[in-house]
Amino acid sequence: MTRSRSAAPPRGDNAASRAATVRRRGRSGAPALLIAPFLLLFTAVMLVPIGYAVYLSLFTEQRSGLGFGDARTVFTGFGNYARALGDSAYRTGFLTIVQYCVLYIPVMLGLSLLAALLLDSVLARAKRFFQLALFLPHAVPGIIAALVWTYLYTPGISPVIGALNSAGSHLDLLGHPLPAVVNMAVWEWTGYNMVIFYAALQAIPREVLEASVVDGAGPLRTALSIKVPLIRASITMVGMFTVIGSLQLFTEPMIMYRTAPAVVSSWTPNMFAYTAAFDRDDYGLAAASSVMLALVAAALSFIVTRLTRGRTERRAEAAA
Amino acid sequence: MKTLSPPERAAAPQPRPTPAPGRAGRRPWSPSKAAVNGALVLFTLYTLLPLGWLLTAAAKNTPDLLGGNTLTPADFHLGQNLHDLAAADAGIYFHWYLNSLLYAGLGALGCAFVCVCAGYAFEVYGFRGKEKLFGLVLLGVLVPTTALALPMYLLASKVGLVNTFWAVFVPSLVNPFGVYLARVFCAGYVPGEVLEAARVDGAGELRTFWSIGLRMVMPGFVTVFLFQFTAIWNNFFLPLVMLSDSKLFPVSLGLYSWNTQTRSEPSYYPLVVTGSLLAIVPLVVAFIALQRHWKAGLTAGSIK
Repeated sequence: MTRSRSAAPPRGDNAASRAATVRRRGRSGAPALLIAPFLLLFTAVMLVPIGYAVYLSLFTEQRSGLGFGDARTVFTGFGNYARALGDSAYRTGFLTIVQYCVLYIPVMLGLSLLAALLLDSVLARAKRFFQLALFLPHAVPGIIAALVWTYLYTPGISPVIGALNSAGSHLDLLGHPLPAVVNMAVWEWTGYNMVIFYAALQAIPREVLEASVVDGAGPLRTALSIKVPLIRASITMVGMFTVIGSLQLFTEPMIMYRTAPAVVSSWTPNMFAYTAAFDRDDYGLAAASSVMLALVAAALSFIVTRLTRGRTERRAEAAA
Repeated sequence: MKTLSPPERAAAPQPRPTPAPGRAGRRPWSPSKAAVNGALVLFTLYTLLPLGWLLTAAAKNTPDLLGGNTLTPADFHLGQNLHDLAAADAGIYFHWYLNSLLYAGLGALGCAFVCVCAGYAFEVYGFRGKEKLFGLVLLGVLVPTTALALPMYLLASKVGLVNTFWAVFVPSLVNPFGVYLARVFCAGYVPGEVLEAARVDGAGELRTFWSIGLRMVMPGFVTVFLFQFTAIWNNFFLPLVMLSDSKLFPVSLGLYSWNTQTRSEPSYYPLVVTGSLLAIVPLVVAFIALQRHWKAGLTAGSIK
């Protein structure tokens, strides 16, 4: 069981390395030299673009009366933000994301947790094979996953739809893009997160599990009352990254765009920003909608960390 | 950063030989071995069947593909499809493939090196504001990357880098999560005493890093490389925004551009399908060969 984690860094020995840290204080040349490349790149491709996006979002281009001649860049304050929020397409995009999250997150988290618990059970065989087989969709680029599934949704091409049709059922997934996109995302991410949960489950001390068996808890009870609460930290982390990822939904609907009639060019906030920038050349609006998307992501991750930290503290108090 | 710490149950009561009294009568419900493994097989079918479809579809010609006909040995066109793929648009597919290998290979190599340098420095040295700086790096993990692509495009167009190799390559050198992983790996693989011994022997700090630290943390280096390689190979939004010259496209963007043409030109369908199959081969091989490393990376991530 421990074999699968053989490459994980061994823990411990921190006291020794801390002692070395203290003694190395003061020689600033080497650490600065080692960190500098990362910090330079980090500044160039993250901090500066964030700042630039905020700056851009405060300006707009104005053309003279007839729309000819040079455009002037004018400060508008929060004008672009008001325009984005006032645009029903942008708001509908957020509504799509909310619906997507409500459907996708419970299904994906539930399935990956279930798969991890099944794999962690003593009854499971061929654990290495199952782990690899479930993880494999992560090796498939999102764009290719979306292409393959779109083909599998298309009547005529798809053997699945064909089989269902001959069985008398008429499943029209291209007419229902939301479940269609959710299925693509579930396929791509369930195995990946399953591996994270499985690793966390393997880290639970065996004594704890033995104690619960001795206390008369069956496998189901142990899974729900012991294992799941003990890997809460991993579930929170996965949940947070899932929310951030969901907000950025772009690739999959982009592939379904024009194939599924309901997927319009502003189906998600990211598609709205992309269209604003590249079809309408409205960089101010695109920047404002991107900044708001990033703010929503920041706010959500803050809330998730706060909620779970609060809960952990309350549990600690209750236990004391 | 929280460590996954199990509650203090180590000192729990000694295991009792029999289940608690009062429960002895009813045995707890337990799924059978067949049910557990059957469920796992169902999961596996779900993950592998679309790939299986891709495998058979890549061997079909246009009418068989669009007609949904089952593959028969008589209609096995994989060779023909590969030939068409190599010939289409003056052989641009393998040009895209080479681009992807360059973007992902060099980008992941550079990224892993930069991350390991920074992670090593964060772990081994003490300096003022270290944890604050590390916190800032971790915040970078939470920034939605697609929200950055647009301002990056506008900045790149200011400095004249739009539609060049560098526009896609430079952003792929940065991965804040890689720095976090590298630090965790350095904590586990590079004992302080060894570095101390090297210093006593008169090795300079950079020399110590290069010939001892970097060697010892190699498993971490490979892990960061693997994850970044995947991320770059799979990236779609950044190249879509940055590149307009199809000679610079990576495979993902190239397949997308072909897919948009299938509407008017159905003969592109087999090209897209066969091209997709070839495009997932390197990653599938890498993930099968380097199982130890992606599991280690996800394990380190889960204990965050």
